Amino acid sequence: MTNKLIFELVSPSALLASEEVDMVVVPGEDGDFGVLPGHAPLLSNVRPGTVDIYNDGFVSKSIFVEGGFAEANDERCTLLATRARELAEISPEDASARLSAARDQIVEDDEKSKAAAARELALAEALNYALETRSSNRSI
Amino acid sequence: MANLKELKTRISSVKSTQKITSAMKMVAASRLKRAQEAAEAARPYAERMERMIASVMESQQSIQSAPKLLAGNSSDETYLFVIITSDRGLCGGFNSSIVREVRNRIRDLLSAGKTVKFLCVGRKGRDQLKSEFAASIVKTYEGIGRSGVKFSEAEDLTSDLIEMFEADEFDICTVVYNKFVSVITQVVTSQQIIPVDLVGLEQVSEEDEGLSTKEKPSAIYEYEPSEQEILTELLPSNLKIQVFRALLESSASEHGARMSAMDNATRNAGEMIDDLTLTFNRSRQARITSELIEIISGAEAL
Repeated sequence: MTNKLIFELVSPSALLASEEVDMVVVPGEDGDFGVLPGHAPLLSNVRPGTVDIYNDGFVSKSIFVEGGFAEANDERCTLLATRARELAEISPEDASARLSAARDQIVEDDEKSKAAAARELALAEALNYALETRSSNRSI
Repeated sequence: MANLKELKTRISSVKSTQKITSAMKMVAASRLKRAQEAAEAARPYAERMERMIASVMESQQSIQSAPKLLAGNSSDETYLFVIITSDRGLCGGFNSSIVREVRNRIRDLLSAGKTVKFLCVGRKGRDQLKSEFAASIVKTYEGIGRSGVKFSEAEDLTSDLIEMFEADEFDICTVVYNKFVSVITQVVTSQQIIPVDLVGLEQVSEEDEGLSTKEKPSAIYEYEPSEQEILTELLPSNLKIQVFRALLESSASEHGARMSAMDNATRNAGEMIDDLTLTFNRSRQARITSELIEIISGAEAL
């Protein structure tokens, strides 16, 4: 079958996934995009968000990535993530705690570390959003 | 013939040294395992990052407006070396082989009229270079990788690098570190990271089972959001990952080098103990014999 795509997810500390999939949906900086076999060569920044791996018409795995880069070509899709975790492993409590911590941080901080705090806040928001949308999907 | 008491103390002191070296060997072995795993885990990311950069480079060659981090600032007057050594000694030729390599490169560069600067990671390298090139040492980092190399440490180092590059403090940056091959072999490696060295990249990827050379991208890539934006993100990340990898390789090499050095030391101590014990027994027997002779000849004289 050539109708599969090799998907590789790597973070600096490990090779997290290397498998054949039907499709992956990657959260690109300008919006989510799906990669099917035979995709045109593409390099994209990745914003914090959920990567959905599709097999047989269903999402077989959802992974939260904290930004990175994605490279797609006709037979493979490589995602270099700064950090990644499977969505099912993240507890909503941790995520909301992180969000409130990030909100406190951005008020307190001086100009210099503001950029870092803003990034952390965006990340925490994306994480919470990912968790919310996933749980609402489940309940349907 | 050395006296018996002296020999006895020598033997016991060599024995306690042997205990220390064999304990250090054991510690190094367990640390090595962890460091080696970390170094190997980081390789896939670095390899794929290199592949990405290589494909960007390929489509970049026609474009003149390539970012400075990628193409350099078209001058080669000031060289910056990032020298990765260890904080602690007792690891064989680990540090001195790095220092020797650096020293040779620097002498060449200085005689060609270039300026040289260093960032030293690890105290040992700085100590050895201080006597000759004290003025060129910009900054020393200590304590990196004491409890395993962390990505944040690589990030800190890289942000210093980028700051210096943007302030035009250097033109070309090279990382010198020990690449881990096996417990007994570490190869001194210099890798030019600013500007990105395409020749070096290709050599590295060929080494890695030719995986990336086979899949040379033939088509020109599309960029999202734009080429410029991707490159401004991708290049610093690439630097971070290359520095991170160098730190990991160096830490694995350090433990490997220490382990084999301590193994040698333990073996040498063992040989020394054997020799000393032999001499000790001989002189003990000689003394007994001569005492016997004295007694017997004394008895005969009566």
